[in-house]
Amino acid sequence: MLTLESATVRFGDRAALDAVDLEVAEHEIVCVLGPSGSGKSTLLRIVAGLQQTDGGRVLLDGADQDGVPVHRRGLGLMFQDHQLFPHRDVGANVAFGLRMHGVKRAEQDRRVAELLDLVGLPGAERRAVAALSGGEQQRVALARALAPRPKLLMLDEPLGQLDRSLRERLVVELRTLFGRLGTTVLAVTHDQGEAFALADRVVVMRDGRIAQVGTPLEVWRRPASAFVARFLGFDNVVDAMVTGEAAITDWGKVPVPAGSPQGACDLLVRPAGVLIGGPQDGLRCTVGARTFRGNHVAVKLRPERGPVLDAECALEGTPDEGAQVGVTFAAAESVVLPVV
Amino acid sequence: MVLARSEVAKTPVRGPGARGKSARARSLRGGAVRLGLMAVPAAFFALFFAYPVVAIVGRGLKSGGVWQFGRFGEVLSRPDIQHVLWFTLWQALASTALTLLIALPGAYAFARFDFPGKQLLRAVVTVPFVLPTVVVGTAFLALLGRGGFLDELWGVRLDTTVWAILLAHVFFNYAVVVRTVGGLWSQLDPRQEEAARVLGAGRFAAWRRVTLPALGPAVAAATLMIFLFTFTSFGVVQILGGPGFSTLEVEIYRQTAQLLDLPTAAVLTLVQFVAVGAVLAVHAWTVRRRETALRLVDPARTARRPRGTGQWALLGGVLLTVLVLILLPLAVLVERSLDVSGGHGFAFYRALGSAEANSGTFLVAPIEAIGNSLRYALVATLIALVVGGLAAAALTRKAGRLVRGFDALLMLPLGVSAVTVGFGFLISLDKPPLDLRTSWILVPLAQALVGVPFVVRTMLPVLRAVDERLREAAAVLGASPWRAWREVDLPLVRRALLVAAGFAFAVSLGEFGATVFIARPDNPTLPVAVSRLLGRSGELNYGQAMALSTILMLVCAVSLLLLERIRTDRSGEF
Repeated sequence: MLTLESATVRFGDRAALDAVDLEVAEHEIVCVLGPSGSGKSTLLRIVAGLQQTDGGRVLLDGADQDGVPVHRRGLGLMFQDHQLFPHRDVGANVAFGLRMHGVKRAEQDRRVAELLDLVGLPGAERRAVAALSGGEQQRVALARALAPRPKLLMLDEPLGQLDRSLRERLVVELRTLFGRLGTTVLAVTHDQGEAFALADRVVVMRDGRIAQVGTPLEVWRRPASAFVARFLGFDNVVDAMVTGEAAITDWGKVPVPAGSPQGACDLLVRPAGVLIGGPQDGLRCTVGARTFRGNHVAVKLRPERGPVLDAECALEGTPDEGAQVGVTFAAAESVVLPVV
Repeated sequence: MVLARSEVAKTPVRGPGARGKSARARSLRGGAVRLGLMAVPAAFFALFFAYPVVAIVGRGLKSGGVWQFGRFGEVLSRPDIQHVLWFTLWQALASTALTLLIALPGAYAFARFDFPGKQLLRAVVTVPFVLPTVVVGTAFLALLGRGGFLDELWGVRLDTTVWAILLAHVFFNYAVVVRTVGGLWSQLDPRQEEAARVLGAGRFAAWRRVTLPALGPAVAAATLMIFLFTFTSFGVVQILGGPGFSTLEVEIYRQTAQLLDLPTAAVLTLVQFVAVGAVLAVHAWTVRRRETALRLVDPARTARRPRGTGQWALLGGVLLTVLVLILLPLAVLVERSLDVSGGHGFAFYRALGSAEANSGTFLVAPIEAIGNSLRYALVATLIALVVGGLAAAALTRKAGRLVRGFDALLMLPLGVSAVTVGFGFLISLDKPPLDLRTSWILVPLAQALVGVPFVVRTMLPVLRAVDERLREAAAVLGASPWRAWREVDLPLVRRALLVAAGFAFAVSLGEFGATVFIARPDNPTLPVAVSRLLGRSGELNYGQAMALSTILMLVCAVSLLLLERIRTDRSGEF
């Protein structure tokens, strides 16, 4: 469906995209995840044709898009801040793409009604865009992008400006909707929760390069590098030397799963693998800030040596701030990360 | 260029070597589109501006086929000329400063306050702008001069002082600020200022830090326009200045039409040209970095009824200013047109319909000038919209030095002596294939020349303020660049387009300096007819001039009211 072959974009001497290769299959939902400035929006823009590539190729259905102007690519793009046309009402916004493609008036009306129904705004045709709430604008923007049946729908931070509960609900709705319509989707976001909930496949980007590609589960369980791990919110990353089933770190000896790569590496220990016991067990730590997270409590631990540790505790029996505890590590929750 | 595109589209798989070539072709295509857009305005300016001006300057400065640049030194060392230069400069600066001072609160009030009769009043303040400068001068003479309104009331006379000129210039240019600055102001999102207030800025600080920078380009445009108008002021200074005060333009007219001293006129034309060019260059340099995409909103959402003593006082002050500065001179003008000996009546108006009563002055009844003026102004407006619209479209995208130069070039007609242009038309457009001397199109062409800068100046800030991503959104949905322009830019700038059309129509209707040379005797325009009547002695001629000016004023007021009407009908879409 969509293929990028070493796509490169340079702004001055900085590479916004550095030889990026990417495949998106038909009916697949791919989410590009990365911090701001990682080049993920530029990626969408070269696919849409809004940005010239300085090298490499963009292919849609096998056809090189070089020289094909934006309006002939047949794509859908939902902008970060929606970019609804302020001088048109909801119906006219949704019908815009249909009009551009010469769809008959009656058919336009039918399709607009159908799409507004689909996004949960039935009968909103005559409403002014300025009078819509953020979530409603979001839905209208989606309906507008879907109306001309694009072969590929691209979403730029689709839910970025919405409040949390709305976002969580919409993400599920979107995934269901895309699954039902069989839409091929390429989305970018900086929110890992959003990416994992939406995508069949996640692409993590860093400084214009792809840091990891995989299913949400793969990426979550086996981050490809310290960068990816930290970006996913895991801060327990430390230099390590693996020998057999143990790693030597600043925290002392940490058990690792059997079959882990040997030698110098970065080691990730997920918070769930940080086990808190009495002060005499293992690594001695002082308990720092505690944050209530609903079904568990996140605890910061200051070890006597090595960097700060994140741990998860059950609601009962969380140690008090300032208490002395001992820490041991669970092999199942530690991941050996290759040094990049 | 179309060929290049289809070629690329047909070859889906290509080696990396061919890659750069097509990127170059694309950027070339963008350049070609821009050049194509610029071609019409460029040709128009070359033919109907540069060529006539060069021709007449050449006639003044060439002798026996050799340029006589020594004449510069001779002319510029004359004390009387130096006096003219100095006066031209300082009165323009003073007029501009005074206009901004008086009119910026007006722009604010018209943009942000809702009050009864606002539309009517907005049209009314625009009327002075379209009055022939001669009439403005006469109205102020009637107000401030010997035996004038203030003289009768309090024995105050200002016609021998520079104040009369300055006040007339404010009267004349008030609308420029209200329309240009107020137009943008009414579409600025007030929440920006509210955000600054919340962040701890006082009312004034918020205005200065947030609104003023956003208004910057519009204020700069208005300032530039006013400076150019007052720097090249003609009719007003000629009537109110007397022998003591003379601007460059007045001097050029005197040298050309009265003393037939073409060399001196040519030198002065070039001096004015260089001065205006320098101002435009400075302007282009200062605004270059300041243009940013603004968030525009529906003006109807930003205006509301004044609240609190301060706002009511501001509105009251603005209304009082409009009353004293704009309505009073207009009222005096109307009063004079009805002031028949022994009472008031319509005798002067009746006389306008008769060719016989004016046989010494006109070949036709003066009343026919109304139809002529409207026809000419309509054609001139169309030309100005096409030429200026294309130019503005070409200038919208971020551009290099060449395009910025083009931008400045479009402003030049405002700075070049209209007298020179008019006379240049006569001596240069008289040979085939461009023998237009006997054609009616000559007048609209000259008038459009002055209208184009207005169209560009009014449309460009708004066009540039349209968010680029809206165009991108349209493109992704399948709109070609041209279609995206029509679907996105055009509706968003429709308001500006109508304002531009109004301006172009108005300046065409009131254009005098060039038209006076090229309008045919049997087809005079209103301002030409007025000046001819004023040039004759006798109460009947003076009264008819006043009557005709009143008619011109009413025509303008009605046209502008219609324009305002269209604008409100359309505002439902925004």
